[in-house]
Amino acid sequence: MIHVENLSKTFTLHNQGGTVIPVMAGANLHVDPGECVGLVGRSGSGKSTLMRMIHGNYLPAGGSIRIAGVQMAGAEPRRVIALRRDTLGYVSQFLRVLPRVPTVEVVAEPLRALGVAQLDAQARAECLLWRLNIPRRLWSLSPTTFSGGEQQRVNIARGFVHPFPVLLLDEPTASLDAQNREVVLALILEAKARGAAILGIFHDEEARARVCDRLVDVTGFTPARPSGGQAA
Amino acid sequence: MRDMTQPILSVTGLERRYGARIGCTDVGFDLYPGEVLGIVGESGSGKSTLLSCLAGHQGVDAGSVTYDGRDVLAMAETERRRLARTEWAYVHQHARDGLRMSVSAGANVGERLMATGHRHYGEIRAAAVDWLGRVEIAEDRIDDRPTAFSGGMQQRLQIARNLVTGPRLVFMDEPTGGLDVSVQARLLDLLRGLVRDMGLSVIIVTHDLAVVRLLADRLMVMKSGRVVEQGLTDQVLDDPQHAYTQLLVSSVLQV
Amino acid sequence: MSDYNFAYLDEQTKRMIRRAILKALAIPGYQVPFASREMPMPYGWGTGGVQLTAACLVPEDRLKVIDQGADDTTNAVSIRKFFQRTAGVDVTTDTTEATLIQTRHRIPETPLTQGQILVYQVPIPEPLRFLEPRETETRKMHELEEYGLMHVKLYEDIARHGQIATSYDYPVKVEGRYVMDPSPIPKFDNPKLSDSPAIQLFGAGREQRIYALPPYTQVVSLDFEDHPFDPSKADHDCDLCGASASYLDEVITDDQGGRMFVCSDTDYCTTRTGMGHRGRLAEDAA
Repeated sequence: MIHVENLSKTFTLHNQGGTVIPVMAGANLHVDPGECVGLVGRSGSGKSTLMRMIHGNYLPAGGSIRIAGVQMAGAEPRRVIALRRDTLGYVSQFLRVLPRVPTVEVVAEPLRALGVAQLDAQARAECLLWRLNIPRRLWSLSPTTFSGGEQQRVNIARGFVHPFPVLLLDEPTASLDAQNREVVLALILEAKARGAAILGIFHDEEARARVCDRLVDVTGFTPARPSGGQAA
Repeated sequence: MRDMTQPILSVTGLERRYGARIGCTDVGFDLYPGEVLGIVGESGSGKSTLLSCLAGHQGVDAGSVTYDGRDVLAMAETERRRLARTEWAYVHQHARDGLRMSVSAGANVGERLMATGHRHYGEIRAAAVDWLGRVEIAEDRIDDRPTAFSGGMQQRLQIARNLVTGPRLVFMDEPTGGLDVSVQARLLDLLRGLVRDMGLSVIIVTHDLAVVRLLADRLMVMKSGRVVEQGLTDQVLDDPQHAYTQLLVSSVLQV
Repeated sequence: MSDYNFAYLDEQTKRMIRRAILKALAIPGYQVPFASREMPMPYGWGTGGVQLTAACLVPEDRLKVIDQGADDTTNAVSIRKFFQRTAGVDVTTDTTEATLIQTRHRIPETPLTQGQILVYQVPIPEPLRFLEPRETETRKMHELEEYGLMHVKLYEDIARHGQIATSYDYPVKVEGRYVMDPSPIPKFDNPKLSDSPAIQLFGAGREQRIYALPPYTQVVSLDFEDHPFDPSKADHDCDLCGASASYLDEVITDDQGGRMFVCSDTDYCTTRTGMGHRGRLAEDAA
């Protein structure tokens, strides 16, 4: 479902003398349906950069990214948006939502965007919030005031509310307690069982071992730095 | 069912000059049904000029604008103004520019209906009540004049007045400018819901990157009358390619 | 007679006004700009109507001038005298005898006939002025037939008063095209505008506009389906002549709350009493 070939990425800092920083070269990767692949590599090696290029918010310098047959590199924005709406789910580390929107609506939003009726979408959202142990009294409040762990779980609920065929998970278990971590790992295993292709970054080694079928070390995609260069 | 694969608005090589000075130049893009396009840039970058050219509020010197297969620039004024009060909507930065301050909220909402031939008072009033509800204005304010409303309420009234005829294309000029942040958030949430539920295509001009991040699918960055960068909103904001966009993004105060 | 040119205005000015009248007749309801002259009376006293009358008068005319239906008020008397002096034409108070009637804010009750000219004095010719102060914009709205705003005004009436409270100056649409201000006649008179055998001319001196309704023009008062136009009047009969279908003035007769209703059209009322019709207070008033 995910095919990455010979992908490269550079950042050009126009406001710092036009410095060009190559951060990735020759990245190759594929994830099949029902498979979970973990990205590993030391901090700063480009795991998140690779993930963001696959999600479409970083622009690749070269190479190809195909998701469910769609070429992401150089695709029109509306193709990317359509793909994100029905195919490509993403759980980032940060919750970015409109203030004042109730949690249950934040979680139901991906379904509403797909045209699912309000009540139906809300029911599915509530089901996930319940599974992820978000207290019912918080459902009608905006998640912007929640604790880090609660926000993380709201983010996860949002990512799993629709059965996306492709899922990108950026540290989904990072700030969770043991009980909620179990729930998230169960959600990932269920997604795999229904045939989702999952690409994830897990610092939690035990979690990684339980859900990942393969690991890809992105250190191998790090280009040779100009002499004296520091990791970005 | 409308054809979603054809752009609702297609712009090529648009230019507007004021004598030797450039208002905007070489602007081109396609807007598809249901898409929200954000236009950002600093004051004087030409973004508002572009918007008023697109909406037909001022003439253009070169280029083409095609709406739903029709050449907007060659269109008779009758037809363009008919479009402007049926299939298009224009939300002004200052609600006073988009409202009739001397008539009631109900009449403000009903005007577009009356202008398109509705002649049943009861139905017009019912539509006004419905729309005031959708923009979260209490029904008992229907006979009050907008002068008695707060800034946020005026802006919501302006939106109701514009959307009552179920337009397809909405132009917005800094719709949240001049509002408190809490009022802004409420308005943005409202707009997002309406865009989704009515399948609106929107062009929104703003200098507020947070607004476009939450509202726009796509972003166009303007500087000195030219488009310097365009793309997916989060891509432009997270991985800006052009020097000016990088400066713009890095200049935003983090809260 | 006098040292004035016939009917006060010079021939060039009359030609200019006649051209405007012809144009106005050709485009019923359309406001034709004209170079309004200074007249020997203040604005608001009928300078527009007087210029129209001056441009239309011929020596054979019989002129009638009314103000709110009455032939004997200051405004009517001065304008009548003005034309007696400057044109030497015959004058009359009899609606049927008159060939040209200048009126302020009424249409005579006696039906007009072919060959008669009715000249209205108009303070503000622009019906859209109430909601749109920009002249450039109202012209554009007429051009493009954007008349939604007129209904906004009526909507406000109903929202505020439960019914269309506009009782005079009630906007009309002419031949399905131009929205027109019928001058401040009571809405009771609006139906008489339509399909009239007479020529109806409207003149606004200060605003420099002339508009017209040629004979047998269709004129429709604006309304809502669920609030139809109602040409209502006071629910009384005339206390002098007993007429039940004429427009009435309310007259306070003492400080004890006494009052009477009489025809606003004095010629109509006296003609009826002359024919022997009697109202509730006819003997007392006589």
